[in-house]
Amino acid sequence: MVGIVIVSHSRKLAEGVVEISKMMAAEAPIAAAGGLEDGSLGTSYEKIFAAIEEVYSEDGVIILPDMGSSVMTTEMVLEDFDKPRVKLIDCPLIEGAVLAAVESAGGKTFEEISRHLEEARTTKKF
Amino acid sequence: MIDTKKILEVIAAVAKKIEAEKDFLTELDNEIGDGDHGINLARGFKSVEEKLPGLADKDIGAILKGVGMQLVSTVGGASGPLYGTAFMKAGNVCKGKNTLTAEEFAAAIEAAIGGIKMRGKAVEGEKTMLDALCPAYKTLKDGIDGGKNLIDALKEAVDAAAEGVEYTKTIIATKGRASYLKERSLGHQDPGATSSLFMLQTTLEVLQRS
Repeated sequence: MVGIVIVSHSRKLAEGVVEISKMMAAEAPIAAAGGLEDGSLGTSYEKIFAAIEEVYSEDGVIILPDMGSSVMTTEMVLEDFDKPRVKLIDCPLIEGAVLAAVESAGGKTFEEISRHLEEARTTKKF
Repeated sequence: MIDTKKILEVIAAVAKKIEAEKDFLTELDNEIGDGDHGINLARGFKSVEEKLPGLADKDIGAILKGVGMQLVSTVGGASGPLYGTAFMKAGNVCKGKNTLTAEEFAAAIEAAIGGIKMRGKAVEGEKTMLDALCPAYKTLKDGIDGGKNLIDALKEAVDAAAEGVEYTKTIIATKGRASYLKERSLGHQDPGATSSLFMLQTTLEVLQRS
């Protein structure tokens, strides 16, 4: 199954997104990388790196960031995490996470999920 | 000529300056951002300071790279990847060097700016650190090319950076957290441009000491 990492400035937000995603796909390998080591707001290179390692397999890992330094810090991790099929995707965080979790649990490939998430960028909430 | 010892002194002095200006930077960031710039940078440079003794016997490239990596791991906000990349890119062009000429110093600044542009996908005029750094680099380069010594050229570069910080008050942010405020970001100086100015000012002060 494709791994999923949620990167957020907030530990609670990242864990909350994982929680919501698990509601629909309990078996999906999804990890939270939220906040700094001491629990304060921010993005942690080490936490992101560790979360990717935690859910990594040859099936790949998709990373969904909240904003700003989540994107930049993850980009730096990816420059060092030298394995194929690990990608940061720009889409709505919660909708994207749920979609990715459902598809991962349903056995969709890294390429399929990536494409669907990119399409989800313009999906309306209502 | 700048040697390894001077570079270490500059980094240590920047760490002190950022700590001293922590509240001011955070206050600026409270106005138009998420209010963490001073706290984040101070945390990052404190850990850099602790790391410096271990870098003392390295060349300038390795020192700057080490500083960058430390900032990436410890800052926690956007300034971590941005300044981290800046120091790492500057380190790349100083690889294996134990001294820097004025031209090499300017090349390091140019590489640092290139790193910030790449990482932040930003250009001048978006109310960011680039609005202090880009005019400073241009002035530094013009000065050195025109035959000025490093100190004189850097003095003018610091003035250009200060003008750049003033300029950020007159423009609307289109990058970073402040961009969410749109026209409400007008009238406020950019915290990132301000911390960049502090770094350049401190570099000048240390180089003037010898």
